[in-house]
Amino acid sequence: MSVPAPESTILSAELTNSFDYTRSLGPVLSQFALALRDGRIVGSRGADGRVTVPPAEFDPATGSATADIVEVASVGTVQSWTWQPSPTEGQPLDRPFAWALIDLDGADTSLLHAVAADSPDQVSTGARVHAVWRGARTGRIDDIAHFALGDSAEAAAPSDGEPIADEAGDVVITTPIAMSIEHSATEQESWYLEGLKAGQFIGGRVSTGEVYFPPRQVSPADGSPTVERVTLPDSGTITTFCIVNVPFLGQQIKPPYVAAYVLLDGADIPFLHLILDVPADEVRMGMRVKAVWRPQAEWDHTLRNVSHFAPTGEPDADFETYRNHL
Amino acid sequence: MTDFPRIAVVGFAHSPNVPSTHGTTNGVEMLIPCFNRLYDDLRISRTDIDFWCSGSSDYLAGRAFSFISAIDAVGAVPPINESHVEMDAAWALYEAWVKIATGEVDLALAYGFGKSSAGDMDRTLALQTDPYTVAPLWPDAPSLAGLQARAGIDSGAWTETDMAQVAARTDGPTVDDLLSTDYVREPLRAHDIAPYADAAAAVVLAGEERARELVENPAWVTGWDHRIDTPNFGARDLTRSPSTKLAGDTAFGDRSRDVDVAEIHAPYTHQELIVRRELGLGSNTRINPSGGVMGGNALFSAGLQRIGYAAHAILGGDARTAVAHATSGPLLQQNMVLTLEGEN
Repeated sequence: MSVPAPESTILSAELTNSFDYTRSLGPVLSQFALALRDGRIVGSRGADGRVTVPPAEFDPATGSATADIVEVASVGTVQSWTWQPSPTEGQPLDRPFAWALIDLDGADTSLLHAVAADSPDQVSTGARVHAVWRGARTGRIDDIAHFALGDSAEAAAPSDGEPIADEAGDVVITTPIAMSIEHSATEQESWYLEGLKAGQFIGGRVSTGEVYFPPRQVSPADGSPTVERVTLPDSGTITTFCIVNVPFLGQQIKPPYVAAYVLLDGADIPFLHLILDVPADEVRMGMRVKAVWRPQAEWDHTLRNVSHFAPTGEPDADFETYRNHL
Repeated sequence: MTDFPRIAVVGFAHSPNVPSTHGTTNGVEMLIPCFNRLYDDLRISRTDIDFWCSGSSDYLAGRAFSFISAIDAVGAVPPINESHVEMDAAWALYEAWVKIATGEVDLALAYGFGKSSAGDMDRTLALQTDPYTVAPLWPDAPSLAGLQARAGIDSGAWTETDMAQVAARTDGPTVDDLLSTDYVREPLRAHDIAPYADAAAAVVLAGEERARELVENPAWVTGWDHRIDTPNFGARDLTRSPSTKLAGDTAFGDRSRDVDVAEIHAPYTHQELIVRRELGLGSNTRINPSGGVMGGNALFSAGLQRIGYAAHAILGGDARTAVAHATSGPLLQQNMVLTLEGEN
């Protein structure tokens, strides 16, 4: 089931996504967040008397909503640990440290956190550790900067004046998430992107005869493979369109303007582009258009190399020529 | 499951479990050869498949709804009956099984894919943890596994030697050699941690009549269950896996656990020890004759591959009975057990 090696160079690029997740904590975890901000740690007491830290929103034994929030110590005992020799971005410490499951005094479950130590020899199961608090705290788990060896509790600095809860006591926290992916194009997408860079439209013919632009590895209709590279002209027909009158966030063109599906001559599927150099109310189905390229010095691996499509002045295409490509 | 329709695994294919591929994150390049192999083996075409279900994750692809792009490999005209799970594709196969059991379809294909090499999987998997109290610390996957491994060693449930023996079964070097290497995440060494792989896999499931038409010795499903433990792993006994035990008890029922083959989805050596214990396998059972995931942890298809290999042992005449285990989520959070039996 080996994958055949590509015949042309595959284009790839790093793609970094980042997103700040904004989370409403609800009645139980809000109390955990508020306590962290005060430099305290709380858990929940279940019907069986066991204390879960962080608090559970529902009693692990009975499933009923948590009602009993109790404070536990910021000092505890290492239940298990491992050594992180090469910390990565976002982890609590930027020098080698231990990850540990810590049973805080008064709790019956373990909290995951980092323990600062110079070497793994200093860490052991059963070791006593205490929380080291950040100065500026926001209700997040990393308000505890890390844990340190030894069982003398450290007092947290008083929190600043900014409240983090609404009137009902509910807290919203923000946790940024970012990750990088090395995104690779398919072989056919790579032809397409290289073509754009060279000022050409390159599509692909699949074994059942249709020409896709942009080309795909296989026909999305029936999975038949792309068998031939096809250089297409930069003229085509508007199959359908819409006039954009509504302003929206991030809009780059002043409304009204026309976004249209353009079916390149010789292609079997239209793609979306911008129609300019004609009043919006004169654009119509069947209108013949041609690409208007940006200056060659600006060309890159992107369809933005084409500034827009503009009418050619030719007579409109007959509906029958594009009716199967709408 | 006496009143249940008879359903069997009839086909399995996977792409090589390799450290990296040149393909896209939507898996199309890896999936096409798998599908073609299954069509050829079973002498069917894609339109014979009544239901498709996939397992994959947008977090590996770095874009939303990435599984939709993978459908190019299927071909969606005429319109197909399709679904997706954001879990290992073993769970997609379970959905396919339910679909056949309801009588709605006769032939179903489940597939999974993941291009691990496109990102940093140790970090990406941290995002499977509790988003409020754990994920903001970015605990990397092998570190979490290290905590679990030590919990077992401290409790006396297993030793570093036991862990090395799991690796030595397929790894080549002796246990002593393995134990002389450096820790990666103490007490885990390199041989305790399955390296991530890029791969895709596909399994075909059929109702009784269709199964008998397609293959000579179908791998009949005799039991199937999946269960979940609390995501709060700080509240669990990490040396045990109650969900595996429960799923295994249901799947095996009162049948013998001395099956010919067991395929266990364990990305860390100590996790195989946990699963073996909970399944209560017999002494004659061959464990992971495929090599398991130690040769390559193909995210989102490794569990499906275990089912595929267990079934393949029956389809190919190497076993009469088999059990497959699949896991998803951090630290064996969710576990599936499937028992299979042939007639020959």
